[in-house]
Amino acid sequence: MSADQTQLAFDWSCRILSDNGCGFPAPGLNSFLFKPLFTVGGFEFNKVMLLALVTTALVVTFFALAFGKAKVVPGKMQLIAEAGYDFVRRGIVYETLGKREGEKYVPLMVSLFFFIWIMNIWSVIPLAQFPVSSLIAFPMVLALIVYVTWVALTFKKHGFVGFFKNVTGYDKSLGAVLPLVMVIEFFSNLLVRPFTHAVRLFANMFAGHLMLVMFTVASWYLMNSYMIPAAGVSFVMTMAMICFELFVQAVQAYVFVLLACSYIQGALAEHH
Amino acid sequence: MIANLVQLAAEETEQNPLLPAGPELLVGTIAFAIVFFFFWKKLLPNINKVLDERHKAIEGGIEEAEAMKVEAQSVLEQYKAQLAEARHEAARLRQEAQEQGAQLIAEMREEGQRQREEIVAAGHAQIEADRSAAAQHLRQDVGRLATDLAGKLVGESLEDHARQSRVIDRFLDELEEKAEAAR
Repeated sequence: MSADQTQLAFDWSCRILSDNGCGFPAPGLNSFLFKPLFTVGGFEFNKVMLLALVTTALVVTFFALAFGKAKVVPGKMQLIAEAGYDFVRRGIVYETLGKREGEKYVPLMVSLFFFIWIMNIWSVIPLAQFPVSSLIAFPMVLALIVYVTWVALTFKKHGFVGFFKNVTGYDKSLGAVLPLVMVIEFFSNLLVRPFTHAVRLFANMFAGHLMLVMFTVASWYLMNSYMIPAAGVSFVMTMAMICFELFVQAVQAYVFVLLACSYIQGALAEHH
Repeated sequence: MIANLVQLAAEETEQNPLLPAGPELLVGTIAFAIVFFFFWKKLLPNINKVLDERHKAIEGGIEEAEAMKVEAQSVLEQYKAQLAEARHEAARLRQEAQEQGAQLIAEMREEGQRQREEIVAAGHAQIEADRSAAAQHLRQDVGRLATDLAGKLVGESLEDHARQSRVIDRFLDELEEKAEAAR
């Protein structure tokens, strides 16, 4: 790919049926590159990092306002925040881990859910228009935190040998297939699991963002002469994709937290 | 396969979407750590406390209402019992008064009867005494008169006492016989 495609802004003059000879500026990996906003001592601070920090500020501010001076008879804001909190606590953590075992992991899961959800939502917010979680670094950090948590928990709960029995799905009744199962389980649990956990979120947001950019760019590119109806179709598709993405963003945040809980449940389980 | 994918991506461009950028990892970690810290240390303990309080308040309210209901029930039963007791007592008193009244009347009646009988008996005795006294008196007078009369008629004094009394008695007996025959 040529260097100019890594430029961030696409060529506004490129229109269908125009005679300046440039084709459709299809979005690609270049859509996920950002010029640094500023550089401090070699550290390049870009828009996505800014959005990540704004996410933190938003989540903390919202919940601080809602729960900071929480009342027994809640106000509107507290009511909304409580609904969100209750959804994660009861709907995800208690459902998978139970109330007694799960209570300890509620703060982690609640943080994960709202942090991921807001990071995803930037995808459709004007001016931001970029899901922070579509850069692998962010899901990776979160998946790593979950990974460390459940691995450490398994060690603590089952000891060294127990840990390997747990992650390899050791079960004598399997007989001759047991070595094969153990190898597969070992790779599946210890190596593939954190990877898929991060990539599932990343890829969904990545693909969603590509689709949005594509339909948005196409709407502009097609808006010329008799192709204007096609531009209209593309625009409608953009709207539809925004709605769909709103759904996917919430679902992916939910799935990420649900999986995190089920990994911890696996670590706590007596028998794999 | 993953390795292939990574390689493919690497061949097409220097940019590999599956390789994280160091600065982004750092920012991501910090951003999440802040969120987690606030939730863990401050916000969730805060709201949990309030939720517990609310839970207790609701539970307490229900328990209080339950207790009041039970108390009202017991008071009502107490009142009913007292009312029934009062009615019973009133009935008993009325019954007693009736019995006493009846007894009193019976006693009075008995007393009256007794007095009446006494009076009647006393009357009879008096009459009897009077009559016998009168008879006695009469007999003496009649005897004397008769002898006087007879003496005048016969002209002689019936000095002989025995004869005198025999005559008188015979006369009186005749009188009595006549009176009986006349009855």
